[in-house]
Amino acid sequence: MTENSDVVPAGTETLDVLSSGQGAFGVDGTPDVSGYGGLVRTTHAAPAATRPYGGWYDDAVDTLAQALGDNFGPAVSKVVIAADQLTLEIEREHLLEVMAHLRDHPALRFEMCMGANGVHWPEDTGRELHVHYPMLSMTHNRRLSVEVTCPDDDPHIPSVVGIYPGNDWHERETFDFFGVIFDGHPGLTRIEMPDDWVGHPQRKDYPLGGIPVEYKGATIPPPDDRREYK
Amino acid sequence: MSDDVIYETADEAGSYDTTEGKVFTVSGGDWDQVSGDEGIEQRVVVNMGPQHPSTHGVLRLILELDGETVTQARSGIGYLHTGIEKNMEFRTWTQGVTYVTRMDYLSPIFNETAYCLGVEKLLGITEQIPDRASVIRVMLMELNRIASHLVFLATGGMELGALTAMTFGFREREPVLDVLEAITGLRMNHAYIRPGGLAQDLPDGAEQMVADLLKLLRKRLPDTANLLVGNSIWMSRTEGVGYLDLTGCIALGMTGPVLRSTGYPWDLRKMQPYCGYEDYEFEVATQTTCDAYGRFLIRLEEMQQSMNIVEQCLDKLRPGPVMVEDKKIAWPAQLAIGSDGMGNSLEHIRHIMGQSMEALIHHFKLVTEGFRVPAGQAYVSIEAPRGELGVHVVSDGGTRPYRVHFRDPSFNNLQAVPAMSEGGQVADVVAAVASIDPVMGGVDR
Repeated sequence: MTENSDVVPAGTETLDVLSSGQGAFGVDGTPDVSGYGGLVRTTHAAPAATRPYGGWYDDAVDTLAQALGDNFGPAVSKVVIAADQLTLEIEREHLLEVMAHLRDHPALRFEMCMGANGVHWPEDTGRELHVHYPMLSMTHNRRLSVEVTCPDDDPHIPSVVGIYPGNDWHERETFDFFGVIFDGHPGLTRIEMPDDWVGHPQRKDYPLGGIPVEYKGATIPPPDDRREYK
Repeated sequence: MSDDVIYETADEAGSYDTTEGKVFTVSGGDWDQVSGDEGIEQRVVVNMGPQHPSTHGVLRLILELDGETVTQARSGIGYLHTGIEKNMEFRTWTQGVTYVTRMDYLSPIFNETAYCLGVEKLLGITEQIPDRASVIRVMLMELNRIASHLVFLATGGMELGALTAMTFGFREREPVLDVLEAITGLRMNHAYIRPGGLAQDLPDGAEQMVADLLKLLRKRLPDTANLLVGNSIWMSRTEGVGYLDLTGCIALGMTGPVLRSTGYPWDLRKMQPYCGYEDYEFEVATQTTCDAYGRFLIRLEEMQQSMNIVEQCLDKLRPGPVMVEDKKIAWPAQLAIGSDGMGNSLEHIRHIMGQSMEALIHHFKLVTEGFRVPAGQAYVSIEAPRGELGVHVVSDGGTRPYRVHFRDPSFNNLQAVPAMSEGGQVADVVAAVASIDPVMGGVDR
């Protein structure tokens, strides 16, 4: 279960803060005249799921634990079940080992990895960049997700292209947009942006861009510069 | 024109030395005169696209040729990247629909549905979507699938020189778009499916229009089939071309008609039903040829199956709401056609302006601020015409998406171009790419 940011259930104080914001209206750095200027909104990371997970989730996690042996503890940092979906948070050092088991173990058989999508959480200190791998097992008709994080100042994650060749372009895209360097990728180049582009556009510290538009005397600022609800 | 002039033109295009030898950039002329008579080993790299009539929009193919044979093929993308996912982070969840519909512009209804299913999953209202809304979603998706497959036939046929297939394909697609326009207001970029349901109910007479359309399509679709199925020219262009077997498909993450052409009946509508697909009767079309011809036959059959599903939708349509009951999510307005086009219904305007201050506040807050989606992430996927369309939705608990990522089937499937076309002829590259049916709007987003 993931908590709503408005309501913080008991016990979540220990959870990592993913992001926070202040005020209810206006542009960052300008006075908030809505009367809610002191409002603080915090987003916490999803809490670890507790047993029993339900359905086939227990079996799958047990199978993985058995396959990994002593490495299960260091490899799987958290098991999350949110919106009925199972997500395994994996330490990057063990990603390839986990992926190999997920693909090859007869009781797991996640034949396909449907991509690698980045999410940038600038306030999640030490784990700013998250990469999310949706996995599909056609044999068992199941899905789960694998999530790996890396710090902004050491944005390296091992490439899974050796295990899932179809992730080639997906990793290039995540490199292009977030600057995550997938070690061992056969040709990690930009894919959507021009080769000589500077910066990684999907990061939260990269501005949307845009120019003010004037219409009949009124000027409308670009979307990331407007006074709007937060 | 004398020989000297040609030489000069070619020389102007330039040559330069690299570590691997001298590189000539030419756009025409006679090779002997360009290279001089140095007798150097030739390695011809041809750039096909991004502006080329047979590359399905702005796909760039880089082919290394040995005569007519392709020894290496690579695809270059990014020419249609518009930053849709980034833009969505600055709009409300509802406004996001307007963006996603523009990604894969040949299957807008699928983009909208996938996105809305993702948002609804995070909101935890998947079970509360009214039946009527789900039935209409399925009906529109299947109509959209027919329109999309018709464009495959049209452009694919045109690229292989079957121009009549193009005129047939676009001729048949037109009435489908007319029906979509009558229902949603636009031929493309509908923004009709909304988180929680639909923008509005079907207009009067829509069911009859759909029924008439089915009658028309059932009469006309066999035209294309009769033209191409078993046609010896078409077969020799597509049979055994663009070969990719099951192992290759699984390794490269291929889904959709390409995967089903290996004989594996993987269809998310059957395997992991959404929007109530488990209640419809239809067959999953497969072929075992692993080639472009098989994918063509699959798409023909899928159009038939889609028509069957649409027919069942017409039977299932019952009067009822098309939006969730939760007024914190449901768009407050009831749209209607006025003298100045589509807009808020007069009745609704009368209510909020003349009768209820609270309704006005509610309308204003929901439209300007939007609703909040609980923090968390979800990955949902549906069977789009080109394969698995996955949406990864991330919320930080705010009124706007924190991150939305589309796993577009075209993007993934284009990776198979080298596997499908290396070792074949240049003309077969065109057939192989056409059989993937990539839509660059979805690839680049």
